[in-house]
Amino acid sequence: MKAGVVTFPGSNCDQDVYNVLNNIFDLETDMIWHKDKKLNHYDLVVLPGGFSYGDYLRSGAIARFSNIMESVIDYANQGGLVLGICNGFQILLESDLLPGAMKVNDNLKFVCKNVQLKVTNNNSPFTNQYNKEEIIEMPVAHGEGNYYIDPKRLKNLKINEQILLKYKNNEENPNGSIENIAGICNKEKNVFGLMPHPERCSEEIISPGASDGYRMFSSIIEEVKVRGEKLVR
Amino acid sequence: MSDKPWEKEGLSEAEYNMIVDLLERKPTETELGIFGVMWSEHCSYKNSKLILKTLPTEGACVLQGPGENAGIIDIGDNQAISFKIESHNHPSAVEPFQGAATGVGGIIRDIFTMGARPIATLNSLRFGNLDKDRVKFLFKGVVSGISSYGNSIGIPTVGGEVHFSDAYEGNPLVNVMSVGLLEHKDIATATAEGSGNSVMVVGAATGRDGIQGASFASDELTEDSDEDRPAVQVGDPFMEKLLLEASLELIKSNAIVGIQDMGAAGLTSSSAEMASRGNSGIEIDIAKVPTREKNMTPYEIMLSESQERMLVVPKKGKEEIVSEIFTKWGLHAEVVGQVTDDGMLRILNGEQKVAEISARILADEAPEYFRKAVRPKYIDDIKKVTAAEITSNDYNQDLLNLLNSPTIASKNWIYKQYDHMVMTNTVVGPGSDAAVIRIKDMDKAVALTTDNNGRYCYLDPIKGGKIAVAEAARNIVCSGGQPLAITDGLNFGNPMDPEIYWQFKNSVEGLSKACKELETPVIGGNVSFYNESPKGAIYPTPIVGMVGLLDSIDNRVTMDFKDEGDLIFLLGANQEELGASEYLKLQENRIDGYVPEIDLKLEKRVQDTVFKAVKEGIVKSAHDCSEGGLAVALAESCFKNKIGVNIKIEENISDKALLFGETQSRIIVSIAQDNENILKKIAEENKIPIKKIGRTQGNRYLFNDLIELSVEEMNNKWENAIERKI
Repeated sequence: MKAGVVTFPGSNCDQDVYNVLNNIFDLETDMIWHKDKKLNHYDLVVLPGGFSYGDYLRSGAIARFSNIMESVIDYANQGGLVLGICNGFQILLESDLLPGAMKVNDNLKFVCKNVQLKVTNNNSPFTNQYNKEEIIEMPVAHGEGNYYIDPKRLKNLKINEQILLKYKNNEENPNGSIENIAGICNKEKNVFGLMPHPERCSEEIISPGASDGYRMFSSIIEEVKVRGEKLVR
Repeated sequence: MSDKPWEKEGLSEAEYNMIVDLLERKPTETELGIFGVMWSEHCSYKNSKLILKTLPTEGACVLQGPGENAGIIDIGDNQAISFKIESHNHPSAVEPFQGAATGVGGIIRDIFTMGARPIATLNSLRFGNLDKDRVKFLFKGVVSGISSYGNSIGIPTVGGEVHFSDAYEGNPLVNVMSVGLLEHKDIATATAEGSGNSVMVVGAATGRDGIQGASFASDELTEDSDEDRPAVQVGDPFMEKLLLEASLELIKSNAIVGIQDMGAAGLTSSSAEMASRGNSGIEIDIAKVPTREKNMTPYEIMLSESQERMLVVPKKGKEEIVSEIFTKWGLHAEVVGQVTDDGMLRILNGEQKVAEISARILADEAPEYFRKAVRPKYIDDIKKVTAAEITSNDYNQDLLNLLNSPTIASKNWIYKQYDHMVMTNTVVGPGSDAAVIRIKDMDKAVALTTDNNGRYCYLDPIKGGKIAVAEAARNIVCSGGQPLAITDGLNFGNPMDPEIYWQFKNSVEGLSKACKELETPVIGGNVSFYNESPKGAIYPTPIVGMVGLLDSIDNRVTMDFKDEGDLIFLLGANQEELGASEYLKLQENRIDGYVPEIDLKLEKRVQDTVFKAVKEGIVKSAHDCSEGGLAVALAESCFKNKIGVNIKIEENISDKALLFGETQSRIIVSIAQDNENILKKIAEENKIPIKKIGRTQGNRYLFNDLIELSVEEMNNKWENAIERKI
């Protein structure tokens, strides 16, 4: 399995994701420069957290126009797995790979803390190692994580079971997102964006008792394995 | 020019005459402006240098002491840590958001200029009473400025401390410490050498912001200071993130002779200092400097403090490499001049020469003054405070009041706004005695803390200075680390006031003694004078930023009690000391009394005991007693895991002193029952007082028959106190 992590100017969680993929899971992992036009063959592309282009104008709004995004969109449309974390999620929304939009947190402040999440759908490439309705814990760190979508498209999200993660309840919701949504995927379930940071809780040493991010990456590895077996058959 | 041209530049007549003597002519307006900033306190340390020389700066771990952009210490395995603290007080007083943000940006640049990747930031903040609207405004603005800059650039803000006291009402303190990691082979210096080598300006374009910021920082704040807002720089963390990555890539490329951050006094100080360090000269054509505003005068370009810029001297023929790397990151890299061998800083505007001054005179020959020091009158009036002088009806209520006071209360309202996890190295984050940051791929970690009690320094600067170092070291030890070295952020009032100068001199003497005794040299720092507002000077506030080493990450310790049924020991002795305490201030609104005694030899032995016990693997929690005394320290250890205590101590001192006195050199540790004898033996070997004071149990807090509270109730007071005030 081969993974790629895109570095935009202003990305700051790119090395953190690389560390987890390369050092914790021992996966062959490339750093992909935003100016590159062509994407090599990958089983997973990650758009990491940070402040791409300073988040000036609007989070993710400029990154979507970078050279590499065109190839990422093609790759996603062909069924490739794309994981967008935090700023990466915002970029996926701006690129129309996922529906909806991101607003400033409802208390207008940046928030960095651990929150409890509910796995609302474990039938996806990104959540298959969790139990349905399982309560897990992950850190968030963002100023613009207040996810919004209009009622009609929200209904579609539900019908298609695209909501993979929710904050456990209103109290755990750090940003005021609609229906406590923390992470959604596209209809085909190969593109997933979430505000929490799984790469920050994949090692016991930095997140004692709450290393729930680990299983998000093992979910992806499991999916890639299954896809590979299908190909062989 | 006016007949007193020096006044506009903040120089004295004597200094002006000295300049005329050194130049053997009258300076031009631009030249005088250059002297004004280079000889300001902020750049030249003219009022502090002679005192600073008394600080110990050498030690086995020191790779780079004071004099460069930041100091460097060895942490083994060919790895090193660069760190430094810097103030941004005056900008934050008039424009809190940008002032604090650029404070973060400035010190981070100092660290990566040394070739180190910044891995953590800490903040030491002082504000007035949070009940006042102006203070709330400053407090919120500063926190949000730090949050905005630090989060965006992707360096975790992992700790520090915040105190609230009327003394800082008109002049808050914003001191930021940055810590970076590097390999020995990547150490960079800020030297310009090799006649004919190019000089390049890289990073952001130059604008009109922050002109004369250094002079602004070297003056008292007045009611009109708001009008100085143009002297405050504006930060762009995105630009700095690009500059950081590009600079580190450049240093690794081995293509440069020297690199220097453009901070105070911008292009002027960076070029003069680089040339002076290399015994060289530098010639700059300011027409070649990329600007972002039209029609900037030579004076403005030379003195602009636009952020996110560096001065680079590439090796001969390596200019292309510099350009390639900076272009990759979308940044400017322009050759603006060259290194010369005549020792002059020569400023050209195209063909026209606008200034020509010896770099050495500018950077190193500013006058150095011993100012007059007079022991302030209030010191003579200080008397011992007795327990009977403090009113109290109910110790339960007193403890809750202390936990509810912003200085002692949880700072989570603040650090929840800081990204303290990015880079995924934060093993112990904010809210503990010291932050612990792992070194990836190694077993080791560093422990980081900042400390100072301004009230102690006000009442007794020597003791206050000693205690600042001792407490910082205690915090490091309580986290499992060995204290290595410090950086000092020295914040004082106007040094021309003999009483202020006395505070300064004595505080530094205190720091110096403690640094020697605890073997933690000073590897760099910052002096900030003129911290005064119409209401008077701040408390003398020498802030200590300390770095310690955990040779194994498994040695990390936190303050929280871990299990019920553990034994609680007090290392050190309780004394009848209520002077200068938070308790005295809260109950009686009095700032007086004797500052607690500090015996540095005992302090060292107490710390050695904890360090040894940690290495033995028997310490389950460790926490030092500081503001609020033993009762508060015990409460803080209960909160995270909601574990109660039953404390029984017999002591021949007043109940008030036992509960809330701030006697130094005391550390509380909890251990499993089986390890009692091991701990006692280590304490005995180190000849320190040790006392079993109780055990962890249930969810209530019991202290003799004096206090009985639920942990839940205390925690609610403590955790949300600041939020309730805002």
